[in-house]
Amino acid sequence: MDEKDLLLLQLLEENSRLTTREMAVMAEIAPDEIEARIAALESAGVIRSYSAVIDWERAGNGEVSAIIELKVNPERDYGYDRIAERIARFRQVRSLRLITGTYDLQLTVTGKNMQEVARFVSEYIAPMDRIRETATHIIMKSYKEHGRTFCEKEGSERIPYSL
Amino acid sequence: MRDYISKRGREIPPSGIRKFFDLALTMEEVISLGVGEPDFSTPWNICEASIYSIEQGGTSYTSNRGLQTLREALSRYLRDHYHLTYHPDEEMIITTGVSEGLDIAIRAVVDPGDEVLVAEPCYVSYSPCVTLAGGVPVPVPCLRKDRFRLNPDILMERITGKSKALIINFPNNPTGAVMRKEDLQAVADIVCDHDLVLISDEVYAELTYDGSHVASATVGDLAARTITLNGFSKAYAMTGWRIGYLCAPREICDAALKIHQYVMLCAPVMGQVAALEGIRRGEDEKNRMVSEYRVRRNLFIESLNRIGLPCHLPEGAFYAFPSVEKTGLSDYEFAEQLLKEEHVAVVPGSVFGQGGAGHLRCAYAVSRKDLNEAVRRMEAFIQRLK
Repeated sequence: MDEKDLLLLQLLEENSRLTTREMAVMAEIAPDEIEARIAALESAGVIRSYSAVIDWERAGNGEVSAIIELKVNPERDYGYDRIAERIARFRQVRSLRLITGTYDLQLTVTGKNMQEVARFVSEYIAPMDRIRETATHIIMKSYKEHGRTFCEKEGSERIPYSL
Repeated sequence: MRDYISKRGREIPPSGIRKFFDLALTMEEVISLGVGEPDFSTPWNICEASIYSIEQGGTSYTSNRGLQTLREALSRYLRDHYHLTYHPDEEMIITTGVSEGLDIAIRAVVDPGDEVLVAEPCYVSYSPCVTLAGGVPVPVPCLRKDRFRLNPDILMERITGKSKALIINFPNNPTGAVMRKEDLQAVADIVCDHDLVLISDEVYAELTYDGSHVASATVGDLAARTITLNGFSKAYAMTGWRIGYLCAPREICDAALKIHQYVMLCAPVMGQVAALEGIRRGEDEKNRMVSEYRVRRNLFIESLNRIGLPCHLPEGAFYAFPSVEKTGLSDYEFAEQLLKEEHVAVVPGSVFGQGGAGHLRCAYAVSRKDLNEAVRRMEAFIQRLK
């Protein structure tokens, strides 16, 4: 991993639809080398996938998301890993992290509506062994996701010319 | 009634792009490559620092020189980044943008009748400021064949017994040219031989893409006769805060300080507080922006050459300076027709003085999306010319 790799990662994180040719010009690297570097980053698991950041509220599909915090009794030899792996398998779970503080695991869950999210937590997550406590926070509005602000104004008008 | 307007007020030239400005304001969906400022907003930590300071009642004058903490931080920064040694209490003034720094620098060293050599193309205020100080501006053209660097032979031709100072700006607005150490050395020899003062506007220093910026005052014996001007506008996306600084040997700095205290008193304190946050904790954000400009430069220059507007790779600042000669149009005609027909705003190179004719200044400090759209429109325009 060198500076050029870092630049490629930044470019791709911002816009994964860039073509090889565009990236070659931007990063001052030959197209073949771009392909090779990206392939290496993919096989090393540095690049996990390519996706779009979507404002689902604006898309209007009416889905509801929640942040769920869990207190978990860790398991001898495995700590939190095995229970985390089980939770991560649910399609409804969009992200899952081990965190410091009052709670141990934090996940985000999406569902068609609030009832579906609540049912998922109470029927699948809360009853699992080793889960001591849950706290569910329904997300009311997203201001920023994946480094992109959703609320940003267009910025003040710049004058058309300044020398 | 008498004509009350002063001779200087009457004779100073108006902005060369007023007509374009008015025209652009009547149009919809204009993509402007005509702006000499970053498209980024000021990094938020810098804004927060200033907001907090205002909430704490930080709204008064500062000392004429500017906040002590800011000058000390700047002195360290200039030493660490550019090997410049300026004493924060004796050789530095915080100014209201580089514009003020330039004005008081000129007025500190120019007497009526003195000739001031101005390396062109350059920012539009240099020659008028010389005129306002009673001096006589003498353009020294920097040519495309020299990659718009200052050619020592051309400089020599323009020197007379009345020459007092030389104004340069590298990385350059509008050409993006950069002077390497050996280029500056040749200029330094001439400046010293002819006992000139060098006024070096280095406001684009941080935006140097290939290699690192060489500060004029670090070359040869220039330190004793150089006024270094710099500021926060470009590198920190802080144009509206109006904070620059002037660094010079003590005698020159003392003279400039007298002028500064009478005409400006001090730079705005809110801006100075913001600048301090920038210098202390703005490095990462600054580097991020510089890296983005470099990416845009690569994209944009490649595109300009592809669509038939030959352009050298600018090594600094955020301007491309392509030639329009092959299109058969003058730079004014090209810029005006492009604005009218494709709603893309660029600045004719002639505005920036000798050596600029036949070129356009296109600022690539706009989003990549707008940059791509501007290229698409410019290509359509050029296709129609054929």
